[in-house]
Amino acid sequence: MRTNLSRRRGRALAAFTAAIVTSTVLAGCGSGGPDEAGGGGEGTLDVWVYQDASTKVQEELVKRFNKQSDVKVKLTQVAGDSYQDKMRTAMGTPNAPDVFFNWGGGSIANFVEKDMLVDLTPEFEKDAELKKAFIPSVVDSGRVNDKIYGVPMRGMQPVLLFMNTDVFEKAGAEKPESWEDLLALVDTFKKEGVTPFALAGADGWPELMWVEYLLDRFGGAEVFKRIQDGDSSGWEDPAVMKTAETVEDLVDRGAFGKNFASVNYTEDGASTLFAKGKAAMHLMGSWEYSNQQANQPEFAKEALDYTTFPAVPGGKGDIKNVVGNPTNYWSINKKAEEQEAALEFVKFAAEDQYIEDLVANGDVPTTSDAESRLDKHANPEYAKFQYNLVKEAPDFTLSWDQALSAQQAEPTLTNIQKLFNGQLTAQQFVDAMKGL
Amino acid sequence: MPVSSTRLPVRKAPEAAPSSRASGSKGAGRPGLGWAVPGLLFFTLFAIVPMIMVIVLSFTSWQGLGMPSFNGTENWSRLWNDPVMRQGITLSLLLTLFSWMVQTPIALLIGVWSAGRQRARAVLSAIFFLPLLASSVALGLLWKSLLDPNFGLIADIGPWIGFSDGNLLGSERGAFAAIVFVASWQFIPLHTLLYQGGARQIPKSLYDAAYVDGAGTVRQFFSITLPQLKNTIITSSVLMVVGALTFFDTVLILTEGGPGTSTAIVPYHMYNTGFEAFEMGYASAIATVLVIVATGVSLLLVRITGFGAMRSTREGM
Repeated sequence: MRTNLSRRRGRALAAFTAAIVTSTVLAGCGSGGPDEAGGGGEGTLDVWVYQDASTKVQEELVKRFNKQSDVKVKLTQVAGDSYQDKMRTAMGTPNAPDVFFNWGGGSIANFVEKDMLVDLTPEFEKDAELKKAFIPSVVDSGRVNDKIYGVPMRGMQPVLLFMNTDVFEKAGAEKPESWEDLLALVDTFKKEGVTPFALAGADGWPELMWVEYLLDRFGGAEVFKRIQDGDSSGWEDPAVMKTAETVEDLVDRGAFGKNFASVNYTEDGASTLFAKGKAAMHLMGSWEYSNQQANQPEFAKEALDYTTFPAVPGGKGDIKNVVGNPTNYWSINKKAEEQEAALEFVKFAAEDQYIEDLVANGDVPTTSDAESRLDKHANPEYAKFQYNLVKEAPDFTLSWDQALSAQQAEPTLTNIQKLFNGQLTAQQFVDAMKGL
Repeated sequence: MPVSSTRLPVRKAPEAAPSSRASGSKGAGRPGLGWAVPGLLFFTLFAIVPMIMVIVLSFTSWQGLGMPSFNGTENWSRLWNDPVMRQGITLSLLLTLFSWMVQTPIALLIGVWSAGRQRARAVLSAIFFLPLLASSVALGLLWKSLLDPNFGLIADIGPWIGFSDGNLLGSERGAFAAIVFVASWQFIPLHTLLYQGGARQIPKSLYDAAYVDGAGTVRQFFSITLPQLKNTIITSSVLMVVGALTFFDTVLILTEGGPGTSTAIVPYHMYNTGFEAFEMGYASAIATVLVIVATGVSLLLVRITGFGAMRSTREGM
């Protein structure tokens, strides 16, 4: 989701008409001969990756792959902000990548609809080693219409409940084990004059994390699965109503303070609030840890603790379930000329050296045998906590804004924001979601 | 006035008119149509053609992949019933109105002031001009930090202006006011520059005559400066109105249309539909409405202000 948020930033209006013109023109050329269709040209694989701090690990991977393969990989790094736009524009054209980085689920749903991606399900069935290589829940959450289109290729990013232990000690509070604990903590911290939970409500997606966990704990992972599969009656599940009411209740109790709607995440508003002890807890993706290490190293070292989201009273969901971003995936373009090489390349994501590089880079890999390597992680304890959490999870629900198609994700985020802001009541929220 | 001497030959022109028109194509008079070809080509390729394409796209369903498929008037009926679009139109019109009301008086006063010869005028004018030089995105990020409710400037001054928690960007009116404020802060320098130029053109003799007649500074401003700046005011207003109707970047950075959709003006709604939700067909319908409204409003402005008559404020001088 971190990657998702950065692509929301800073694009100009001018791009609008420009993109329409170029993509229409290029789409028109796309119907050219088979020679042009493959992209990379003869004996090469054009691989696109989202450019960030982890990209150097993929660079090394490509070097190793090219040493032992006749088909050479050409790695194109696309600057984060515009990755999704560029991908979509390119996919309809002869310049489309053969293999590309994505977030699974909704981020590739439109491509699947247009039958542009290679179905990897048979490969996973055929190749026992490939199937064994990754944590099953991670492979599953990248599925679209029950088929596998992606091979996990980066670290996991589950959403965790972070705590500021300084604030906890000062208030004499304990780690919350249950929902009752959590509500009691809200009162405790309010009395102390501390905001119980930091929440970056200026952006919709941190609020989404609360909704995701609450719905999972109330109704189980099945409720959202139904919605994701296009059954909009899933929104009528009583668990959705219960979730919306709980959000209302939390807001009314002052669990997020009064000005959360103005707090942002991208400029470190919420994280600073939390690190400075003005807020006691923060529900956030696992990247919050490295974020704090970079910006508030003292705090990250001394007072940053983490736990799982508690069960809710009467909830049907498994307390071991996790939400967040399971990982990123490699997917293969159906039009890629070097299909075999492409397949071989994506399987390299399970290669030992690659996994070691990921760990050294601070990622927690999603391969099933990664645990032994986590000792080399900068924070072995934290890495193992995440790893076991995900490995034990019966279901890992992909962040909704990635799981749903873009056409649904945007209004969903807006409605959630309105629910938190009191612009929609719980009932109005449910009605609005049903209408999507 | 020295101007009159240069005018003389022009006054003679009617006699020679027929022949001069004929010789025009040889390059002696007005440039022919040929001169306009590069400009026209450019304009056609990058403005007219995309505009036509957008209109065509507005009758299609297209997620940005493959070929668009026609879906009749579906986008248009959806547009009619879209609450966010209705809200967006109201917000855009309000933004236009408020920007004009805030920017015009301030820009006018600073502009007229900076046209004078006071001490430190050049230095101060240069400082006033600064916001225009920075990129909108940088300004948006800067203001976003200043308006952070816990660590920004607003945490300290919020209570003084009625936002006790610094919850400015999170409240409907506060967020809207913030956008009007940042937009004004950014664009007043441009309009100041226009007014400065306009005010410099006013002949000093008018003020001298008024002074002799005993008119004070205020009277001079309302009776000479303001009427003389009429065309400048219209130019600046048209720029403001069209600019506000197509305003976008600050909203994207500062509020992302939020809280909820409370600052989702039409251009932002269009962007969000096109490039976040990837509904290019529907976004094109919104874009078409925007083009029609912005063109209509600026034509209307030109018509009601009589700008089209090209009447000079200096006639008879």
